[in-house]
Amino acid sequence: MKERIIGQVRRVNGPVIEADGITDAQMLELVRVGESRLVGEVLKLAGNRAVIQVYEDTTGLAPRDNIYGAGMPLSLELGPGLIGSIYDGIQRPLEALRALSGHYIESGITAEPLDRKKTWRFVPVSDLPPGTEVEGGRILGTVQETSRVEHRILVPPGISGVLDSLAPEGDYTVDRTVAVLKTDAGPRELSMLHTWPIRNPRPVKQRRPLSIPLITGQRVIDTLFPLAKGGTVAIPGGFGTGKTMTQHAIAKWCDADIIVYIGCGERGNEMTDVLTEFPKLVDPRTGRSLMERTILIANTSNMPVSAREASVYTGVTLAEYYRDQGYHVAVMADSTSRWAEALRELSGRMEEMPAEEGFPAYLPTRIADFYERAGYMDTLSSREGSVSIIGAVSPPGGDFSEPVTQHTRRFVRCFWGLDRQLANARHYPAISWLESYSEYLDDVTPWWEEHAGASWAAERREILELLQKEVRLQQVVKLVGPDALPDSQRFVLEVCSLFKNAFLQQNAFDDVDRYSSVDKQLRMLSLILVYSRRGAAAIKRGVTLVKLKQMKVLTDIVKMKFTIGDDGAAEFDKLQARLERSLDQLESIYA
Amino acid sequence: MPDAETRNETRRRLMSGREYIGVDRIDGPLVFIRKTHPVGYRELVECVDPEGNPRLGMVLDTSDDVVVAQVFEGTQGLTLPGTKIRFRGRPLTLGVSEKMLGRVFDGLGRPIDGGPAPLPEAEVNVNGRPINPTSREYPRDFIQTGISAIDGMNTLIRGQKLPIFSGNGLPHNELAAQIARQAKIRGGANDFAVVFAAMGVKHDVARYFTRSFEETGVLENVALFLSLADDPSIERIITPRTALTLAEHLAYEKGLHVLVILTDMSNYCESLREISTIRGEIPSRKGYPGYLYSDLAEIYERSGMIKGSAGSITQLPILTMPSDDISHPIPDLTGYITEGQIVFEREMSGRGIYPPVAGLPSLSRLMKDGIGEGMTREDHPHLASQLFAAYSYVKDVRNLASVIGEEELTPLDHQYLEFGEFFERKFVSQGKDEDRSIEQTLDAGWEALKLLPAEELHRVTDEEIEKYYTGAG
Ligand SMILES: Nc1ncnc2c1ncn2[C@@H]1O[C@H](COP(=O)(O)OP(=O)(O)OP(=O)(O)O)[C@@H](O)[C@H]1O
Ligand SMILES: [Mg+2]
Repeated sequence: MKERIIGQVRRVNGPVIEADGITDAQMLELVRVGESRLVGEVLKLAGNRAVIQVYEDTTGLAPRDNIYGAGMPLSLELGPGLIGSIYDGIQRPLEALRALSGHYIESGITAEPLDRKKTWRFVPVSDLPPGTEVEGGRILGTVQETSRVEHRILVPPGISGVLDSLAPEGDYTVDRTVAVLKTDAGPRELSMLHTWPIRNPRPVKQRRPLSIPLITGQRVIDTLFPLAKGGTVAIPGGFGTGKTMTQHAIAKWCDADIIVYIGCGERGNEMTDVLTEFPKLVDPRTGRSLMERTILIANTSNMPVSAREASVYTGVTLAEYYRDQGYHVAVMADSTSRWAEALRELSGRMEEMPAEEGFPAYLPTRIADFYERAGYMDTLSSREGSVSIIGAVSPPGGDFSEPVTQHTRRFVRCFWGLDRQLANARHYPAISWLESYSEYLDDVTPWWEEHAGASWAAERREILELLQKEVRLQQVVKLVGPDALPDSQRFVLEVCSLFKNAFLQQNAFDDVDRYSSVDKQLRMLSLILVYSRRGAAAIKRGVTLVKLKQMKVLTDIVKMKFTIGDDGAAEFDKLQARLERSLDQLESIYA
Repeated sequence: MPDAETRNETRRRLMSGREYIGVDRIDGPLVFIRKTHPVGYRELVECVDPEGNPRLGMVLDTSDDVVVAQVFEGTQGLTLPGTKIRFRGRPLTLGVSEKMLGRVFDGLGRPIDGGPAPLPEAEVNVNGRPINPTSREYPRDFIQTGISAIDGMNTLIRGQKLPIFSGNGLPHNELAAQIARQAKIRGGANDFAVVFAAMGVKHDVARYFTRSFEETGVLENVALFLSLADDPSIERIITPRTALTLAEHLAYEKGLHVLVILTDMSNYCESLREISTIRGEIPSRKGYPGYLYSDLAEIYERSGMIKGSAGSITQLPILTMPSDDISHPIPDLTGYITEGQIVFEREMSGRGIYPPVAGLPSLSRLMKDGIGEGMTREDHPHLASQLFAAYSYVKDVRNLASVIGEEELTPLDHQYLEFGEFFERKFVSQGKDEDRSIEQTLDAGWEALKLLPAEELHRVTDEEIEKYYTGAG
């Protein structure tokens, strides 16, 4: 990399540096500061002054230290070798850093994000003879990156020309030339690696409407508040209410092709947890290890705050890159509040005028821009690919009226609000069925009706209505006790309580319960509704609530989530038949 | 070609011995010095008072025009013309050594027990550096504290950071001391040490801990760092960092299992707020700086286990919640960083329950990987889950009873009330020296469940009911 001195430090205030003597710096240029070459980025330019944010610990940096410009914006290396890796917020490979500096991350160390020594078997596409006009996004060849991910080597967006040569099948390192284009600016050599600035969304052909759900295997999500592929969702919740657990569960079991997990200002041990657990877990769909589809970005709470700010862009850019290859990618960002706080801290150090609660006035724009990078797209190579964004929000005091939650709400279309009361009662996932919503419901209903059952939308509505009714009844109970209600109404409470226990609660640590297929979800729901409808009818005929509650089959219904697997259609039939028989019997006694 | 930056570095090294006479401004714990050579960010500063005593400080902001430094030993008695400043060209370090066990130090790590400073085995930057997440070992070893509310319901794991959210006048010190005395790994080696850091607490608190360590004969395994209520409040900023620097040395270099008790983190946060206010920073909630989260994370994340190293750091920070408010920024941000929390309830304490551990808001997040067959007992996960569920229902019943009167409750709800009473009085409550084995704890849990009909126990298996509920009759 050509280095040129672009100015000197005049003030160091934490991660923010003021510089003077600036000659030809560019806005958002990548820079290195001081003798230890700390990575930074130019944020402001005015006359011969600049403001720079530094992505590493600035201890020891002093006025008059030199600043070197890289002549390009902060960018990622994209190519084979990303999957299974763990990077910090600016794509420094943490495994390689460990080899360099041991257990602690030192300032000023760097390593190439993609291994330059490793070779990959490149297979050129067959229908691309020299002389073909190619444009950005065109697939030149493929590499089997992991046993489940075929990495498609693209002409970088923005580059076009006539193909001059394409390498034959063989083993290449990422920086070896595999294709040469004749472009207006002369010949252009392409390797399997290209770079892309993290703050620029990668171009696509067009956005498509959303219609396919992202199946997560989490019942409360898929059945009640579904997310669409290419959609956005916020998970707000106070500490310990289950944001990380929910994101881990989705990262493990959702039906995306690629997972990008961004640990943004959260715990080191949580990243270790993913690193140790994912390789051991097997994807129910492909039978392969879950790590073979996962990329981790770890910028934990004790790592530099400006790299935390960058980490979400790093993550979403990686996601877009795989989307451009025609994959469905799910991005987890835990937690976007820590990212917003990084913005606040940097803004404060730059002495900008604060808006609400010290956050900068541009907070809403930044949040909007981030979520805008999600979507279901026609890629430049005319494939379909999507980026879904699942962002955790950590509101201070668990109060959803604070700025980050409020602004996020404006830009996402799905909201899984975590409830402190539910979490305290160990009702997990603690997603509130009263506060949450999904605006994707209508978009994904056709899919569900086609793939799971025509009754889906109606049954979903039926149970939600019961839950609403329960709220009103509970208010009465709180005033006068349950005995004041007639059996028909107390039965509604019973059904809801069964639904919460048997369906909504899902144990992330149980080998069977941790994931439910769509069929299983719908069967479970239907069964509970059979109980609800027939039970209500039975009560009308004079069967007492007590008798209904004593039915032995109910204990098996409560446990069906643990006992019946994903291919348990026959068992569900049996269970339903038993339920119907028990109800028949009760009715025959009273009829 | 001589590099310009090398010249700057060399110049700074040469200048580091230089003494500046007179400072331009003093505000609270901060001193402002103009016209210096280029001084590094977070560089160590010696601020020599008119009597000639050097006080240690650290650079917070550095520029061509002015350098701002915080003085850990306070600025009392300093004068503008009479203060001399030396910049040391390196960050604040602590000389660490295993010999520091059994000794007492001030917040900066200087002995205050009359003994000589131990010969350091290494000089380490007290600010610490982030642990590479790939170097961490996920903590899973169960620590038996002998306290049922913890072992049974909120299990402590080696390498965990588990704070106590307490309030003024509640027995957090007693509990922390009891944990320090009783903590053990079952069947494992117990190469343990305690590092105790006091920030802004009174002398009698420090004495209470010292005596408690003395009585159990473990004092030689304890290092105390004391920055008490009558010490300069600014010293509290550095105290936990000094203590953790030693803890890291003991854990990762010497292979010891270190329990770090930090008390009281609320005082630490207040000192941080004080400096932030003086610097005119834009506050976030309740006047605390926007970086409180990151700052606390720098402390709390210095715990855990590291691959290839035998030792561990388990943190037990204590904080008193202002007006018992768990949504106050200090407990709130702590809860967002730590791996669970032990929450005290004043009302339980008032009813004479010790330890007054609130059943529902308390949580140990690492518990799931450290309990069950081969670690505690096979019924533990389900039993704990069942106790939580039942106790949570007790809370509902109590609320209902307060509206409609206890007489109006159903017979089942009455059973729940009895269960709740038993749970609090017999399971949670125990003596300050009572050391229960995990089996005793779990059996007590089943005793409580026996007050409920078996049909109510959805979270335990039929086999467990057979073995522990019906079987043990
Ligand atoms: N689906 C679940 N199944 C079982 N336990 C759960 C589930 N969700 C949450 N928990 C429990 O709650 C604890 C806290 O969950 P989690 O770590 O996800 O909280 P969080 O919202 O991410 O908190 P923070 O904001 O502090 O990071 C977990 O350690 C686990 O004990
Ligand atoms: Mg979390």
